[in-house]
Amino acid sequence: MGNTVFKGGVHPDYHKEITATMAVTAMKVPDKVVIPLQQHIGAPCEPLESIDVGTEVKLGQKIADSSGFVSAPIHASVSGTISAIGPYNHPLGRPVQAITIESDGQDYWDDSIKPAGDLGKLSQDDLRKIIREAGIVGLGGATFPAHVKLSPPPDKTIDIVVINGAECEPYLTADHRVMLEKPEEIVFGLKVIIKALGAEKGVIGIEDNKADAIRVMEKAVAKEESITVMPLHTKYPQGAEKMLIQVTTGRKVPSGGLPLDIGVVNHNVGTAIAITNAIREGKPLIERVLTATGAGINYPANLMVRIGTLVSDVIDACGGITENTRKLIIGGPMMGLTQPDPDIPVIKGTSGILALTDEDIYLAESSPCIRCAKCVSVCPVQLMPTSIAQAAEHELFKRAEKLHAMDCFECGCCSYICPSKIPLVQLIRIAKAEITKTKK
Amino acid sequence: MDNKMIVSSSPHIRAIESVQSVMTDVLIALFPVALMAVLLFGYQALLTMVISVATAMAVEALWLRKRDLYSDGSAAVTGLLFAMVLPPAPPWWLVVVGSASAIIIGKQVFGGIGYNIFNPALVGRAIVVISWGGYMAGRVWSPPQPFAFGADISAVTTATPLAGHEEALAVSLTQLFVGNVPGCLGETSALALIIGGIWLYYRGHIDWRIPGGFIGAVFIMGAIFGGGFYGNHLMTGLFHILAGGVMLGAIFIATDIVTSPVTPTGRLIFGIGCGLITMLIRLWGVLPCGVTFAILLMNAVTPIIDNFTVPQQFGGVKKSA
Repeated sequence: MGNTVFKGGVHPDYHKEITATMAVTAMKVPDKVVIPLQQHIGAPCEPLESIDVGTEVKLGQKIADSSGFVSAPIHASVSGTISAIGPYNHPLGRPVQAITIESDGQDYWDDSIKPAGDLGKLSQDDLRKIIREAGIVGLGGATFPAHVKLSPPPDKTIDIVVINGAECEPYLTADHRVMLEKPEEIVFGLKVIIKALGAEKGVIGIEDNKADAIRVMEKAVAKEESITVMPLHTKYPQGAEKMLIQVTTGRKVPSGGLPLDIGVVNHNVGTAIAITNAIREGKPLIERVLTATGAGINYPANLMVRIGTLVSDVIDACGGITENTRKLIIGGPMMGLTQPDPDIPVIKGTSGILALTDEDIYLAESSPCIRCAKCVSVCPVQLMPTSIAQAAEHELFKRAEKLHAMDCFECGCCSYICPSKIPLVQLIRIAKAEITKTKK
Repeated sequence: MDNKMIVSSSPHIRAIESVQSVMTDVLIALFPVALMAVLLFGYQALLTMVISVATAMAVEALWLRKRDLYSDGSAAVTGLLFAMVLPPAPPWWLVVVGSASAIIIGKQVFGGIGYNIFNPALVGRAIVVISWGGYMAGRVWSPPQPFAFGADISAVTTATPLAGHEEALAVSLTQLFVGNVPGCLGETSALALIIGGIWLYYRGHIDWRIPGGFIGAVFIMGAIFGGGFYGNHLMTGLFHILAGGVMLGAIFIATDIVTSPVTPTGRLIFGIGCGLITMLIRLWGVLPCGVTFAILLMNAVTPIIDNFTVPQQFGGVKKSA
């Protein structure tokens, strides 16, 4: 169907073997969860009127919502008592309003949790409403509210749904494991998405370093006429939206455009499972699978974790971190965010907790650019990272914009490959921020 | 949890390749070329290379006030490349002056590695060609004496195959390919140069577009305008590829990463430009070879080429003018 490879990209050491064969285990329900009111792209939520300090809540009960369309409601991930509402540290850096719940250890489900009924009887609007009410966002890490992607403007026709099972970030194996363990749920979720969009077919793209997942998923779609599994060449950033869509459908997302401009919507495998749970059981998004890994984690694992669990609790559940841990990262090593302190909650977009040691990280001084152009050849969107970075360094942001700095999606291939160890993508981020400022 | 965590912007892992490893790869690629030079021209070739490399490393270390002679490896590369573009047995002081000029005037006055506009080795060569032409042009070329390591090759001198049709017809294409002809230390053996080029390509340090454009342009120009004196038109094209500094220039010097364009299209234009100017000089100019000045001229326009060949970004559309 599409091209099997995209232009550019890099081959970092994957280190997926650490956790690839470990089945997902449910982490013990923590004593306390801290649930930020902003876990998604879009409008932050406000606590519901009935919610206040001291309120008793049940598992899965909606506790916060927003009137904005691009937003997703938030649910209690334990049953218990609300002990605080106020700002709390957040993986994205700035403290965000959050609701703290002390668990009663009982996991009493809220009365509202019940199956939505037969998929055949649900209308497209019903599906969108159920998915919105379940608070489902993109679990790959982008955290874009799922129902928004399922509500294309009337002038756009979506014919292909792409499910992202690439998991191209090194170290992470959460998506790999759910494909092995919940293939049927992924296929059902995909069918829901196809129905909600009125699409014709679905493609599940999986990097070929996960041969077992490809086999399992192929078996799961064997009887589905409109769904195929496509093995993908293992190359970072294969799981990036633009690259994934190009290789699975042969279509290119236009510069500055969205996948729906070319009739495509894509969702992560974890999102598909969350959608299945919402339809079949009425379960909102209160937990997710993440990989806690890296040489700095004593007992790496793939864990099912309640949203709002503190990262420090997850680390404790994995036997703590080693003495020589130098970086604590939420996400993968290529695009993840470093954290000064593990006293932050797991949010809907937390796909991994990675502890890197002295040996994994590189702290050399950068030297002048030798114009080797490796950054140019690895850039998956065909930019000239060295030239944009140079413009940023000299505060020539107009020039950076002319060199298409805004097309950069910050995959980090340029900084990864640079023999002079120049912080290229970091400089490009500065350029992007400055360009965005002038647009406002 | 007492140890302070490093907070930084992603990515958090880096490829192991460094400037030093890139330069070391270039030195490895030059090894077959250097070996061939010693086999063909004996101890004097070895001496020239040693003097040139030692001078380049020492001058750079002095200039930068660093004790680390090898450092990022770029001075050693410049020194060795400079030796490659010299006659086999030049006077030692010419090697020292040229190699020092390559480092100082070719590179350090621009701000050091990465900032130089012209290939340093060629700057060194241009300086000695202009200053001491008597040692660098005309009948100064010692014919090779294969496997005679101790022989004094400077006793006999002749002209290179590019000096005129008579000299050209005296050598076969096979001789040119293997390198058993008079010429600069590193330029005569296409075989050794190709082996080095394959290594560089395999390691991802050169883009086929530069040597491809360069050699392609020389071949086409040679075949069309070369006059067909060397057997026939195609043979004349081949002659122009194999004679003189085209292979050395196309594989090792024009591909110098610092002084060539960074864009794919730019590199093709750069390569073709080098080939065209080389042939303009050879066919209608006064110099017999022309590779040196062809590459230096294209080095000068590299920033302009980069500016005009910004690649189309993913999903972008060409703006209609």
